[in-house]
Amino acid sequence: MGSADHQRAHLTSRPKLPSRTDVPSDARVLVLLAHPALHRSRVNGPLARAARAVPGVTVHDLYESYPDHDVDVPHEQALLLAHDVVVLQHPFYWYSTPSLVKEWIDQVLLFGWAYGPNGNALMGKTWIHAFSTGGPAEAYGPEGHNRFTLRQLLAPLEQTAKLCGMRFLPPFAIHGSLRLDTAAIAEAASRYQALLTALREGLRPRDDSHERTEVVTHWEAP
Amino acid sequence: MSEGEKIFTHALVYLGAALVVVPVARRLGLGSVLGYLVGGVLIGPYVLDLVGDAGTDVLHFAEFGVVMMIFLVGLELEPERLWRLRGTLLGLGGAQVGGSAVAVGSLAMVAGLPPIQAATVGLIAAMSSTAIAVQQLSEKGWMKSDAGQRAFAVLLFQDLAVIPMLALFPWMAGATEDGGHGSAHPLATLGAVAAVVVLGRLGVPPLMRAVASSGLRELFTAAALALVIGVTVLMGLVGLSPALGAFLAGVVLANSEYRHELESDIEPFKGLLLGLFFLSVGAGIDFAAVAANPFAVFGALVAVLAVKGLVLFGLGRAAGMARDQALILGVSLAQVGEFAFLLLGFTSALGLLPAAVVAPLMAVTALSMAAGPLLVTVAERWILPRWVATRTTREHDVEDEGAQVIVAGYGRFGQIAARLLRATGHRVTLLDVDNEQIEIMKRFGARVFYGDAGRLDLLRAAGAERARVLLVAVDDPAKALEIVRVARTHFPDLALLVRARGRVDAMELVATGVEGAYRETMDSALRAGTDALRLLGMPAHQAERMARTFRRHDERAMRDLAALRHDTGALQATARERIRLLEQVLADDASTTVPDDGWDADAIRTGQNRIT
Repeated sequence: MGSADHQRAHLTSRPKLPSRTDVPSDARVLVLLAHPALHRSRVNGPLARAARAVPGVTVHDLYESYPDHDVDVPHEQALLLAHDVVVLQHPFYWYSTPSLVKEWIDQVLLFGWAYGPNGNALMGKTWIHAFSTGGPAEAYGPEGHNRFTLRQLLAPLEQTAKLCGMRFLPPFAIHGSLRLDTAAIAEAASRYQALLTALREGLRPRDDSHERTEVVTHWEAP
Repeated sequence: MSEGEKIFTHALVYLGAALVVVPVARRLGLGSVLGYLVGGVLIGPYVLDLVGDAGTDVLHFAEFGVVMMIFLVGLELEPERLWRLRGTLLGLGGAQVGGSAVAVGSLAMVAGLPPIQAATVGLIAAMSSTAIAVQQLSEKGWMKSDAGQRAFAVLLFQDLAVIPMLALFPWMAGATEDGGHGSAHPLATLGAVAAVVVLGRLGVPPLMRAVASSGLRELFTAAALALVIGVTVLMGLVGLSPALGAFLAGVVLANSEYRHELESDIEPFKGLLLGLFFLSVGAGIDFAAVAANPFAVFGALVAVLAVKGLVLFGLGRAAGMARDQALILGVSLAQVGEFAFLLLGFTSALGLLPAAVVAPLMAVTALSMAAGPLLVTVAERWILPRWVATRTTREHDVEDEGAQVIVAGYGRFGQIAARLLRATGHRVTLLDVDNEQIEIMKRFGARVFYGDAGRLDLLRAAGAERARVLLVAVDDPAKALEIVRVARTHFPDLALLVRARGRVDAMELVATGVEGAYRETMDSALRAGTDALRLLGMPAHQAERMARTFRRHDERAMRDLAALRHDTGALQATARERIRLLEQVLADDASTTVPDDGWDADAIRTGQNRIT
C-alpha cells in the first residue's frame, strides 16, 4: 500500500466499537483470551499479539467482548463448533482462571450440548491452557510453597474438558512472569507461536504420554 | 405633526405601555392579557389620553391579531382531531350559545328591554372572547386539558354561530333583505370555503416550495402573511368571519410540510397584534358611559359573567366533566368577546338596538374582557387548590387486575420497565392520564387504565393493597412526589421505584425513603460515556468498571448532598440551588479521579508479596 492509500484509509476509518469475533475461513485454533486488565499485563499482552500473528488462529478477547460478564452463549457455541482446538490463555489467578472464564464455562458448556445425553458438540476437540504464573516453576510441586503441581491445581478444569469428551493437554506455562525482561518475554511469545502453529497442524506434544505430563514449557517440532 | 410621525408616536405609546405594564402584571401573577388591558386603560382617553381617537382604528387593525391566532390554532389542529371534537363542538357549543342567550336574554327582559332587543342582547352576550380565552388557557398550560379542549370546541362553535346570527339580526330588525354583512349568497360562501380548502391543499405547497427555493427568509414571512391576509379578504368578500376562514386555512395546512415554517413566521406578528388588540380594547372602554350609569353597567357586568359562568359550569358537569375542569371552562369563557363589538355595531346600524343600550353594552363587553383574566386568576389561586385533592379530568376506569406490579405513567420510561416485566411473564397494571397515549396503546393491544395515581381511591382500585411494587414513571417530578407520599402513607408495604428527572428530584425522592430513585438520563449517558472511552482505546472491561465506579461515587455524593440539603429544610430546590449543587458536584469530580486498583501487577512486584 502506498503512503497516499494509507493516508486515505486512515482518514476514512472512524473508530468503531468492537463487535463480535469473526472466524477466519481456515481457522482451527481458538484462543480464548481472558485478562481483566490486559493493559497492565506484562506477558499476556505480548502473547496475545503473537497469537494474532499466527495464521489459522482466532483470538477471541473475552473481557473485551463481555465487559459486563454477559456472555453471548449462541455466539460462543458457534465459535467452539468452528474450531478444533481451544486454547484458554489467561493469567493464573489464585490457582485458577480469572472470573469471566468460570462464567463462560457455566454459561456456554450447557447440559445436552457439551455434556449429558446428546451433549457431544465438543467431542474429540482439544482443550489446553496457556498461562503465565508470577512465581518460579519450583514453587509448583510438593516441595514448593504452592504445594501442588500446576496440573493438579487444574484438576477441575481438566475434568470439565473430560466431561465434554475433549482431549486435555498439559498446560503451556510461562513461569516467573513478574521477573521476565523484554527479551525473555519475546522469547516466550515465539514459543507460544510455535505451540499454536503445532496445534493448528494437529500435532501433539512429542511426548505422547501427555496424560501424565505436568506442564509444557517448550514446544519441539517432531 | 405629520401622519408618519403620528404613527411612530402612537407605536411608541403602545409599545411603551406594553413594556411597562405587562411585566408588572406578570410579576403579580395576573397574566399578560390583563396587563395589556390595564395598559390600554392607562393610555386611553380617561387616564393619560395619549392616543386620542386613534384607538378605534387601531382596534380594527389589531383584530387581525385574533385572526392570526385562530390561524395558528388551526395549524395545531389536525383534521382528525377536529373530527374527534365534533360531538363537543355541536353539543356543548350549541348548548352554551343557546343556554347563555336564553339566560342573559331573560335577565335583559327583567331589566326592562323589549323581547326582540333582549334576545339580541342575549345572543351577543353568549359570544366569548377567543383572544382572551385561548391566550389564558395556553398561558396556564390548560390548552391540552379536558377544559381546554372543550373550551376550544365551544369557541369554534361560537365562530360558526356568528354567520347565522348575521343573517338572523336583519330579519329580527324587520328587514328582509340586505343586511350588509349577512347578505352572502350561500353559493358564494360554499365557494369561498372550497377555495380555501383547495388552495390550501394544492396551491400553497408549490408556492411555498418556490419561495423556499429562493432562499430568502423574508419572502417566506411575506408569503405566510399574504396567506392569512388573503384568507381574511376572501372571507370578508363573502361575509364570513375572517377568523373562521383563517381557522379553516390553518387546519388545511396542519398536515403540510410547511406547518412549522408558517408557525414560526406568523407567531411574532400574532403576539404583537394580539397585544395591540388588548391594548386598544382597554383604551376603548367608554368610562363616560360607565360613569353615566355605573350601577346598570356593573350590574350587567356581574350578571353576564355570573350567568355565563354558571351556564358553562352546569353544562360542563352535565357533560361529565370533573368539578375543577368545569370551573376552568366556566371562568375562561365567561367574558363577552370581541365578536360582540362587531355584532353590537351591526345591530346598532340595523336599528335593532338603540344607542342607549349599545354604548353601555360596549363598556360591559370591554370590562368583561378585563374581568375575564381576573376571574381565571381568582379561580386558579383560591378555588382550584382546594379542589385539586380530588382533581381528575375524567372518571378513572381502573380495575384490580391482580397484578403484583403497578406502573403509574405509561410513557417512554414506564413502557420499557413494563415491557421487561411482561416479557418475563409478570402481570402489570398500567395507569396513565393521557387519553391520546391510552388510545395509541390500545391499538398495540396494551390495556392502559385512565387515572391519576396520586389519588388514594384510585391506587386502591388498582390493587395497591396487595401489589408488591409501585413503579412511578410519570414525567412530572411534583406529581411523582405526590404519588410517593400518598402511597407511602397508605400502603407502607408497597415498594416504590420512582423515575426522577435529575439529581435534585432524585435527592428529594431519596429523602422520602423510596426503594429506588432513577435519574432518567443517568444510564444512557453513562453508556455513551463508556463507549466514548472505548473509542479512545480503553479496554472494554476497564471502561465498564470505570463507569460502575463513577456511578457508585456519584450516587454516594448524591446521597450525602441529600442529607445535607435536608438540614436546610428547603422542600423544593430553587433554580439557584440546582446550579449550586451542580457546581458542588463538578468541584467534587475535579478533586477526585475514578480509582482503578484491580489487577495491579506492579504493586505485587514492588510489594515483595507472596506470589501465586
